Amino acid sequence: MSTAIRPAPTGTDAQPPVRSRSRLPRFAPLGLYLAGIVVGAGLSALTSFSVASTVIYGVLLGTLAVYVASRTVEGRRKATDRLVTCLVTTAFGIAMIPLVSLVWTVLDNGLPRFDAQFFTNSMFRVVGEGGGAYHAILGTLIITALATVISVPIGLMTAIYLVEYGSGRLKKAITFFVDVMTGIPSIVAGLFAFALFTLMFGNDVRLGVMGAVALSVLMIPVVVRSCEEVLKLVPNELREASYALGVPKWRTVVKVVLPTAIAGLGTGITLAVARVVGETAPLLVTVGLITGTNLNPFDGRMATLPVFAFYQLTQPGTLTQAFLDRAWTAALVLIILVMALNIVARLISRFFAPSTGR
Amino acid sequence: MAKRIEVSDLDIYYGSFLAVEGVNVAIEPRSITALIGPSGCGKSTFLRSLNRMHEVLPGARVEGKVAMDGQDLYGADVDPVDVRRQIGMVFQRPNPFPTMSIYENVLAGNRLNSKRMKKSEADDIVEKSLRGANLWTEVKDRLDRPGSGLSGGQQQRLCIARAIAVEPDVLLMDEPCSALDPISTLAIEDLMTELKERFTIVIVTHNMQQAARVSESTGFFNLNGVGQPGRLIEFNPTEKIFSNPDEKATEDYISGRFG
Repeated sequence: MSTAIRPAPTGTDAQPPVRSRSRLPRFAPLGLYLAGIVVGAGLSALTSFSVASTVIYGVLLGTLAVYVASRTVEGRRKATDRLVTCLVTTAFGIAMIPLVSLVWTVLDNGLPRFDAQFFTNSMFRVVGEGGGAYHAILGTLIITALATVISVPIGLMTAIYLVEYGSGRLKKAITFFVDVMTGIPSIVAGLFAFALFTLMFGNDVRLGVMGAVALSVLMIPVVVRSCEEVLKLVPNELREASYALGVPKWRTVVKVVLPTAIAGLGTGITLAVARVVGETAPLLVTVGLITGTNLNPFDGRMATLPVFAFYQLTQPGTLTQAFLDRAWTAALVLIILVMALNIVARLISRFFAPSTGR
Repeated sequence: MAKRIEVSDLDIYYGSFLAVEGVNVAIEPRSITALIGPSGCGKSTFLRSLNRMHEVLPGARVEGKVAMDGQDLYGADVDPVDVRRQIGMVFQRPNPFPTMSIYENVLAGNRLNSKRMKKSEADDIVEKSLRGANLWTEVKDRLDRPGSGLSGGQQQRLCIARAIAVEPDVLLMDEPCSALDPISTLAIEDLMTELKERFTIVIVTHNMQQAARVSESTGFFNLNGVGQPGRLIEFNPTEKIFSNPDEKATEDYISGRFG
């Protein structure tokens, strides 16, 4: 296998190992885009100047300029590469617009009332300015916690059944119905809980636990799905290792499979909570709203953040601006809640992941 | 401690597919028995049927008799979990539990079965098992570190330590060295030679030199064609198998003239 090894290139006339072509300077694309924006501003000013049309013209012209420049200097393959890079980046930018705009709007409108009073006062006997969402924040936390307490055991055990025990028709049927349940509109879940509790307790019943049941209907399929995927990731070798030590199946599941998957399970459950914490429609029909503080989910109406925001917006009193401010702040608090849950999910997956010890 | 295993007329199925047919063999205690043969001939399937790990797979079942010191392992009143406590197994790929430390991995068989024991007793078992697996000197200062941080060869010895910590009568090994380098392989072969003083060992291997080096008896499995069941073609003392086998097929396989 020994062929003559080519001597290392020496001197100036040596051929470089890879055919090199002239390349655009490093900051050329950025410069071309800036130029495109400037020209775009000019074009925009021809009709009636606006930032949106400036950016649109600028990006189009910039992409075109980068492609043409690259095609003339660097050749076709590199030009295509640059064109696709531009398109992907643009798509990313477009996807970011609603997100940034939403966060900005909510921050802008929500911050004026993001004060201590909002977190310590309820709306009891408040008809104008002031007041807060103390009752709604606690209501949301209580109802969501209750929904989690209902959903996690059912969802997790269903997932364990599907992965570890289930087979044949029953497994297929459960998987199918879980998939169907994932797509249930949230109002249907609310009406289900409403009908169920009306049958049991008569008309005009409004309880926090009704909302928790409605949210569970939405949450269980999400928990089942995410836990199922995570449990499937546990290597079969670990189960076999455990069986080979004479460990019964249920102990293997409890002591080997679940601990191995705990990080993923925690993440999945937290994200499922984040998914239902902002649901409005089911809570609107089941829990209703009150202005005072009710912390007992088994007795009467409760306030929740989404419903609170909805009523502040749709039924403002005489001082409209005060109501709108409270609605925006409630929305801001909800977003912060969801974000906090997502961060918790990440922390769980980091701290509970099995360490390799290297 | 070590026990004799007798297998008679054993047919092993995956669903309706007959994977291994008509095995009759007696595995002697305090010895190493090697099983060789081409891929897919049913060696591992046969090995797994000895401690009822075969039936863990959906649809898998056996017909025939496997007896350990006269007791039928497939009897109606026999709990497979009890069988597996008496017949330990080491797998092809090292599989320490990733959530457990080295110490906990060795004790896994006891801890997972919620056996209560004193700290000193547990320490003794860990040290004895790790010494038995020739791993003690390498890990004694880091027993609380995760088992997955060890090298492949060390992980496999950890798995052996875990298997012998529950004091089984028989140790089954399914290609225990196929994922290891020659030095780790040698360490495990030395270990097997030590362990056969206390256990009955059955090893599946693709490495015929390994079979020749460590085992007293060797069984050769083969199958006639794809879709046909595997059979135990020949079972004889290792010396005879490798010098003067009874069957032509065995000689062809061993001398590399197979297929």
